[in-house]
Amino acid sequence: MAEKSFGKPLKRKEDPAFLRGSGQYVDDIKLAGMLHAAFVRSPHAHAKIVRIDKTAALALPGVHAVFGFADLPDSVRGQTLPLLMPHPAIKQPFMPYAPAKHETCYAGEPVACVVADSRYLAEDAAQLVEVDYEPLPAVGDCRTALDNDSPLVHAGSESNVAARFPIKVGDTDRAFSGAAHVFREKIYQHRGGPFFIECRGAVASYDSPSDSFTLYASSQGSHRLKRCMLDMFDLGDHQVRVKTPDVGGGFGPKGSFYPEYVDVAVAAQALNRPVKWIEDRRENFLATHQERDQYWDMEIAVDRDAKILGVRGQLIHETGAYVPQGIVLPWITATTVPGPYVIPNFKLDVVAVFTNKIQTTPVRGAGRPEAVVTMERLMDRVARELKLDPAEVRRRNFVRPEQMPYKVGIIFRDGRPVTYDSGDYPACQAAALEASDYVGFPSRQAEARRHGRYLGIGISNSVEATGLGPYESATVRVSTSGKIVVYTGATPQGQSHKTTLAQIAADQFGVDIKDVAVVTGDTATISLGIGTFAARTAVNAGSSVHVAAIEVAAKAKKIAAGMMECLEEDLELAEGYVRLKSAPDVRKSLREIAVKSIGMLGFSMVGGFPPGLEHTACFTPSQSVYSNGTHVAEVEVDIETGAVSFARYTAAHDCGRVINPMVVDGQVVGGVAHGVGNALYERMVYDENAQPVSTNFGEYLLPLATDVPHVDLVHLETPSPLNPLGLKGAGEGGTIGSIAAIVSAVENALAPFGVTLAEAPISPQRIVELLGEHALGRTQ
Amino acid sequence: MKPAPFIYHDPRTVSEAVGMLASLDNARVLAGGQSLMPMMNFRYVMPDHLIDINKIGELAYLRFEGAALHIGAMTRQRELEFSAEIGTRCPLLHEALAHIGHRQTRNRGTIGGSLCHLDPSAELVNVTALLGGTLHAASQRGTRDIAFAEFAAAYMTTSLAPDELLAGVTLPLPDRRHGYAFVEFARRHGDFAIVACSALLGLDRNGDIKEAALAISGLGHAPVRPALIERALVGQKPGGAEFKAAAAEAAKFEATADAYVTSVYRQHLARVLTFRALEQAARRAAEQAHG
Amino acid sequence: MADTRTITVTVNGKVYQREVETRLTLVDFLRHELGLTGTHVGCEHGVCGACTVLIGGASTRACLMLAVQCDGESIATVEGLATGEQLNPLQQAFQDNHGLQCGFCTPGMLMTLTEFLREHPAPTEIEVRKALSGNLCRCTGYQSIVAAALDAAQRIREGA
Repeated sequence: MAEKSFGKPLKRKEDPAFLRGSGQYVDDIKLAGMLHAAFVRSPHAHAKIVRIDKTAALALPGVHAVFGFADLPDSVRGQTLPLLMPHPAIKQPFMPYAPAKHETCYAGEPVACVVADSRYLAEDAAQLVEVDYEPLPAVGDCRTALDNDSPLVHAGSESNVAARFPIKVGDTDRAFSGAAHVFREKIYQHRGGPFFIECRGAVASYDSPSDSFTLYASSQGSHRLKRCMLDMFDLGDHQVRVKTPDVGGGFGPKGSFYPEYVDVAVAAQALNRPVKWIEDRRENFLATHQERDQYWDMEIAVDRDAKILGVRGQLIHETGAYVPQGIVLPWITATTVPGPYVIPNFKLDVVAVFTNKIQTTPVRGAGRPEAVVTMERLMDRVARELKLDPAEVRRRNFVRPEQMPYKVGIIFRDGRPVTYDSGDYPACQAAALEASDYVGFPSRQAEARRHGRYLGIGISNSVEATGLGPYESATVRVSTSGKIVVYTGATPQGQSHKTTLAQIAADQFGVDIKDVAVVTGDTATISLGIGTFAARTAVNAGSSVHVAAIEVAAKAKKIAAGMMECLEEDLELAEGYVRLKSAPDVRKSLREIAVKSIGMLGFSMVGGFPPGLEHTACFTPSQSVYSNGTHVAEVEVDIETGAVSFARYTAAHDCGRVINPMVVDGQVVGGVAHGVGNALYERMVYDENAQPVSTNFGEYLLPLATDVPHVDLVHLETPSPLNPLGLKGAGEGGTIGSIAAIVSAVENALAPFGVTLAEAPISPQRIVELLGEHALGRTQ
Repeated sequence: MKPAPFIYHDPRTVSEAVGMLASLDNARVLAGGQSLMPMMNFRYVMPDHLIDINKIGELAYLRFEGAALHIGAMTRQRELEFSAEIGTRCPLLHEALAHIGHRQTRNRGTIGGSLCHLDPSAELVNVTALLGGTLHAASQRGTRDIAFAEFAAAYMTTSLAPDELLAGVTLPLPDRRHGYAFVEFARRHGDFAIVACSALLGLDRNGDIKEAALAISGLGHAPVRPALIERALVGQKPGGAEFKAAAAEAAKFEATADAYVTSVYRQHLARVLTFRALEQAARRAAEQAHG
Repeated sequence: MADTRTITVTVNGKVYQREVETRLTLVDFLRHELGLTGTHVGCEHGVCGACTVLIGGASTRACLMLAVQCDGESIATVEGLATGEQLNPLQQAFQDNHGLQCGFCTPGMLMTLTEFLREHPAPTEIEVRKALSGNLCRCTGYQSIVAAALDAAQRIREGA
């Protein structure tokens, strides 16, 4: 019998193909007769489209079509891209047309689509499309966008407010009025884009006889894209297939539905030839969703012993030009603030504000990193003011394990009350502090100072809602060849589903993972699906695979028992057979059982069971499940240049039971690197007219191998009681805790100079600015 | 991001190349491609003619002659990096090369390309300024020697005429006993420096400074040779107080600002890096004296 | 009329002769003319390293080379690393150390490390990190790639 796979660091099934260069990403797809698209994009942050002249472009040899809004088929022209997460708080649900109709609201918004024999020719032609624009005033700052006299992001709208909503529990007025201490912090946070190494892309083909589309897209959820296609083109379920090939990173924004997908499909139908569009890196800077600015104005009230009485404040969240994911992002950020601390009174007023920039949607961490920065800045402030060890302040306020399940009192974006299912936050912090030799730090710091060097240490704690519903689908099927396949709506971009989901299924059949094929992200293989984002797949797809595999294994035993005329309980599954435990040679192969299960032509089904050796499950979680982590960053700051380097980095994380520890480690370390980028390097700069200035990798800085710390990992495992395998999500925790820990560490290093930090990212230039005369160092 | 169409030329000799430069309109020279190709892919530049000089063998050479190092314009940065003779006779150059880009860019990038691109903070540009290099230009009209100070005309603009090709550069070698240093501050490994500073210090028998040269990049369009600071160092003992004074003076030069970096920060870095470069050069000079 | 040239290029030991437009980049030539899609496009401005190949053994950004510049050259891409079904020691070390997640930066990493390990058979961790500074990864945080490189170096030294 094959050894159990669950919990083992098994080597990935995905790797051999990737290592040989035979992965298949969307740009590797080549269909007969395929043409290539390029987009004409508005150079203005805000403008009216007056006229589009395609004559010169169409005259170029090799150009097949140039179309704008006016040339779209009726169903597409009649609606904007769907808003998939509506909410009553969204008063102005602006969504884009594909391409833009009369008005463009961010630089880079598509205005026309050009289709040619090659991408080279399509770009030549795109340059020849003449568009007359009437520039309109542009709004670049989400704070000034709220001023009464601000220009409007959308001409003719009432205001620049997309939505306002409060998140609250308890009575903050009362809590604050009697408090021993109240501290206020204004915190500015800027995150950037996903910057996956593979840009977006799509290939659309249209089959005229069946009037149906196939769309290949580098996405995070094929079913969601299909649903949008059905809406946009007014089609039936049988008329659209969406298939996601290998994806080179997603991090959130590849989960969105974009105008370019609509337009390649329009082109494919009009020209009756497949059309491919691959985003180039300049387009990626302009037109792929990002996260950007948040301005927090917060207060914390504590008693004399640093116990939190309440937290309140206001958040201004920049949503960009449209709201494709509603208010999911600001909602998540707001509800993540309390974290692992007992906060009996909490009130956050959130306003999501339009600007003339590409829209913001969740990027790894989905607003949670910012919430953690905010809460941990407040905790550090309390520690500093009350002259307490920051770790101690946190210890005094943790939700204790005996309080689980713990109701925070606020409503999460899944519509359910935030209820932490399990977790041991004090133990997690203790483990992280131990592993990082926190108690030894003061002497390390003192020794460094004697040599004119400045070390700092910072802690962050985070609790992360994972395993978001509504479900993820899985069909486990044993085909008549005896081979096992798992179909799922999960759509990976590096998360190793083809290995981890195989691990879960394999254990029910007593086989190796090599004997379980996992097929992901194809709407033709399974009817319902959601996708891979928000650290949800292990919980949802994992649970579905587990449930379905159990069902199929049980059925196989049942059928085999009938064929072998024995009792089910005397049977076991192993190595592709169902066999007698006491006499393993007495067995039936899965192949024989599968053939039996589909019945024989002309005969009734025997045994009273439904046909087929397969089962489809859609695990529907009752609520999110909560992972948690503690990060400890130790940095050195060169006070003369402001450069920050890492002395050490420790991440303790608890994502419940773990399917493949190697995969989880990779997710945490990768997440930390993303946080390093957001804490120290990544900034999308726009000018005062909302024109993007950072549009290449020389100016927008991603962390390199020389910039990231070696991460020491500590594992804790508090299973979730809410799904059969006890799983929690692991994909985002690395990012969620890292930015706060790094900012805290830098502040600690600069403490001798009285510098405090309430912003991210923090650059060397900014550090020198804050240090003032002290930055002269030895040159003084 | 595909380049716009052009006519491709691949001359085999300097003579062919300069003939093309003289006769073709809207032509660009392609050397290592590490700077030009990105600009062409972005369509920031759209030449009608691309003159690829990678096949001109006579442009790749590395020769030590007396107290000078002659380098052909098409000599790859990697060749400089791996030259043992440069390591012994001009280690400053190796210290600068260690900061240039990444191995992939140094495999193709050339010294000529870097000099003609004239990025304000390019390491090879800085070293050429420090050593007082002479650029050799070729055209149908003959050859022309250009002192570096005249070569850097304006922001990323050389004084080469449109029909001239940079054929090579001659770098006077510093005295072996001089202490040297090349320091820079960049955001990440291999990034363009925000500010860079190179220094050469020659000490007399008493250990006093008898010669000093500094080149500070990143402030203006070309590296600054701060003549007054250099002169003020002569006759001084190499030490903290003197270097602090020099560093403070270095911060007084005007500096550009852009969307990412303020002029104040550049000036601050000029101060810090000048100090560090002088310290390092002095340490090495002392080692040479006692070694 | 497009400006074209006929070029002869050897890729992974196989000789190809093609007529190409002179503005066709090397990476597009490899991917779309020759169907060798293992080399990837990530930025087209020479920063991300996803397009790294070896030209005459030297790691090069294929997005910054024109195909016509490679006439007569010998190019190695990721497709040439394995021998039949057998992954080479560097590739195997990547799998054993979880040195890849989405796989998109991986071919570039492998080609850079192929050159690097040839030149530095016993590198330190910091040397490996510096060598990788021209290759971006957004998934792994580099740690497992560094581990794979060090592991591969040891295996190769031991004659794997």
